[in-house]
Amino acid sequence: MAVLTVVVVSADREVWTGEATRVVARTTEGEIGILAGHEPLMGLVAGGEVRILTTAGDTVRAQANGGFLSVANDRVSVVADAAEIVD
Amino acid sequence: MGAQQRVYKAKINSTSSLRKIFKAMELIAASRIQKAVARAQAASPYAREITRAVSVVATQSNVDHTLTTEPDTIDRAAVVVMGPDRGFAGAYAANVIREAEELITLLKGEGKEVDLYTVGRKAETFYTFRDREIVRSWTGFSEAPTSAYAREIGEALLESFETDFNDGGVDEIYLVSTVYRSAVDRQPEYRRLIPLEVVEEDEAAPAARSAAAHDEVFPLYEFEPSAEKVLDALLPRYIDARIQSALLSAAAAEQAARQQAMKTATDNADDLIKTYTRLANTARQAEITQEISEIVGGVDALAASGPSD
Repeated sequence: MAVLTVVVVSADREVWTGEATRVVARTTEGEIGILAGHEPLMGLVAGGEVRILTTAGDTVRAQANGGFLSVANDRVSVVADAAEIVD
Repeated sequence: MGAQQRVYKAKINSTSSLRKIFKAMELIAASRIQKAVARAQAASPYAREITRAVSVVATQSNVDHTLTTEPDTIDRAAVVVMGPDRGFAGAYAANVIREAEELITLLKGEGKEVDLYTVGRKAETFYTFRDREIVRSWTGFSEAPTSAYAREIGEALLESFETDFNDGGVDEIYLVSTVYRSAVDRQPEYRRLIPLEVVEEDEAAPAARSAAAHDEVFPLYEFEPSAEKVLDALLPRYIDARIQSALLSAAAAEQAARQQAMKTATDNADDLIKTYTRLANTARQAEITQEISEIVGGVDALAASGPSD
């Protein structure tokens, strides 16, 4: 099954990178779930956390405030001013 | 001990204690270069993602954004000079200021007014000493700039850019900073920040630049909520990211310059110590020679007068 390559970066470092089956984020238009094969998208993250379901079955939660989300060719980048992994 | 010798001994002592300070500063700077370079590299994924995103929006939509459109007339330009907070870095501060002065002369030659913004105490004092007006200055973080400072600078510049010319606003913004290429190669450069041309540059990581340079064809994106809104949110961040990467690169360059300057100072101290030691030896030898000749002269005088007794 196709997987997503996810990168979470904040202004001063790369916060998390890995493979995931699903990414759930809240954009200005509402909550969005991204699976492999999603159409190219660029959206503004409206705050709250981004949930990343890794291929290993864990959930990684990232606080990504005031940033954007870009999806293309099964590659998801979550870019935020400040981002951190919440356990 | 003769007066001459004492003078040289004192000079040797003070030079060797200075040498210790220079050596320590050299080692500190050397270790900080690595940290500064690491920070610049850690920030480069962000700059890369932002640049990529801005390129996507810029190529795929025909959005005219104030930040990207060239104004009809440019009457006032802002120049941001990024210098160091501390000295002891050789010609580092002087070089970046000279570059800024060249740019200012150029801009004034084009009939533009120039608003000065400075980062770092050395750049600030250069202009305040010469009674040149500084619109705003930031100090205290030239060695370890964080993204919060970059944002602060970015916000101040954007605000001034969005202000009308008649209310004291500027029409274009230039950054003057030192670009770190390697531990021995750095170059003061000026670049125009706004109105911006999207450039895929990544000074901190040449490897990443070549990877990004492979012109990827962007797929057709869906924008949420709209291309305009996305661009609105992206461009200020892109500007912050560029300021941040300039600050980080300058911080690494500053440490490299300091390390080199302190290395030279240590070497010079070594030379001085050597020269003074030689002079002290000569003085000691001269003194001994003089004493011997005095004794010999005395003995001779006694011997000459001896037999007459």
